[in-house]
Amino acid sequence: MTDTPLLIADGLSKNYGNRIGCRDVSLEVYPGEVLAVVGESGSGKSTLLGLLSTELEPSAGRVSYRLRDGRLADLASLGAAEKRLLMRTDWGFVRQNPADGLRMAVSAGGNVGERLMAVGWRHYGHIRDEALDWLAKVEIAGDRIDDDPRAFSGGMRQRLQIARNLVTRPRLVFMDEPTGGLDVSVQARLLDLIRGLVAELGLAVIIVTHDLAVARLLSHRMVVMRHGRVIETGITDQVLDDPREPYTQLLVSSVLAA
Amino acid sequence: MSKPSLPILSVSGVAKTFILHLREGARLPVVNGAGFDLYAGECVALGGPSGAGKSSLLKMVYGNYRVDEGTIRVRDGEEMVDVASTSPRRLIKLRDTTMGYVSQFLRVIPRVGARDVVAEPLIHDGVPPEEAVARAGALLARLNLPERLWNLPPATFSGGEQQRVNIARGLIAHRPLLLMDEPTASLDAANRNVVVELIAEKKRAGVAILGIFHDAEVREAACDRVIDVTDFAKAAA
Repeated sequence: MTDTPLLIADGLSKNYGNRIGCRDVSLEVYPGEVLAVVGESGSGKSTLLGLLSTELEPSAGRVSYRLRDGRLADLASLGAAEKRLLMRTDWGFVRQNPADGLRMAVSAGGNVGERLMAVGWRHYGHIRDEALDWLAKVEIAGDRIDDDPRAFSGGMRQRLQIARNLVTRPRLVFMDEPTGGLDVSVQARLLDLIRGLVAELGLAVIIVTHDLAVARLLSHRMVVMRHGRVIETGITDQVLDDPREPYTQLLVSSVLAA
Repeated sequence: MSKPSLPILSVSGVAKTFILHLREGARLPVVNGAGFDLYAGECVALGGPSGAGKSSLLKMVYGNYRVDEGTIRVRDGEEMVDVASTSPRRLIKLRDTTMGYVSQFLRVIPRVGARDVVAEPLIHDGVPPEEAVARAGALLARLNLPERLWNLPPATFSGGEQQRVNIARGLIAHRPLLLMDEPTASLDAANRNVVVELIAEKKRAGVAILGIFHDAEVREAACDRVIDVTDFAKAAA
């Protein structure tokens, strides 16, 4: 872990008409650290992820990001081309529904290879080899490389989405409920895979989840959101084992122990 | 043994009360005015009856529970870091380099085999994976965990087997300060003795150990002194 933040959010707010999506959120994410954003539906956590990844435009506040050359850039000041390059190369975005993050009518190999081509890979053989390598990393058999994800199970699609996102070695990955909607046994496999890859590649991750067990397993630090605001932050085990805010105590005590 | 002048851990004026917002803000006092020092090469037991706050105090030192008042200063090289007030990121770094924690129960990670669970802290320290896994196997062998279990995830292990995995994971890497919460609770006599030996080796390596040891024999064999937390608990009530 280094001591210069990779991403800095400063006073982020987002209103949807009169409704508040997100209010005055400031946070920092450092290289190699996993930050969990937890809260219930409607707490503003997905809005926050949209703002941090520049998919949404803030009503107030800004997001700064440290580019590979070390420069800290206000993301709103980047041109469209610069932003697109950043999203293709330096960032990943793993969505809850794999159909939103994959090209469903393109082969598994194509889904992974497309990101490589976007960063300038041209040699077909090299692209195919790298795609095969990544399919193996996410535990998809090599003989499925020419199948398209419509033929895959939910868990396989999600693993393919992870390969597609990580193949360009991003420094920051956004994840929106990556295990939501999967069977429990499939979740465990996916979590273990994410955990291993994040550590191996030294990724910074901002993960939105309503599942506190997922946050505990994957994240170093967490922020708890309610009504669009961050109400509690800290080291993950501290927030979960000694929650201070009434709402966080309610969240933690509402989890059923299996 | 003559004590070096600088403590590894220095706890001073620590107070903690849980406030249960879901129980009309009920207050559960834990400790008040807790203070003691811990030096390199000694093993100190927290003593007192169940519910006196031993485990909570240990968790406060690790930064797992928050502190309302006072300081918990841990030596990190030339620096003393106050766990009670430092930033989350500094605390994570302090845990990575300086503090080890052996909890009562293993938090099982799905699908990861026992030997890999144990090797993880070494790999995190930068030890080559092959060497880390070999050392993990050696330590598990010492703790009499049958080799046929090494590649299996500990979820299905017995309590005693899980605890040995947990101890191995907590002890495998060098950390100047070790916190142990009932490390021998579900172990048989032979394995308790192995843990006592391991503790003695850590002490010889200059590690300072703070722990909860309910087993009187283990406490006698492993610990140099006992800090009674009853007074800290009384002051809080």
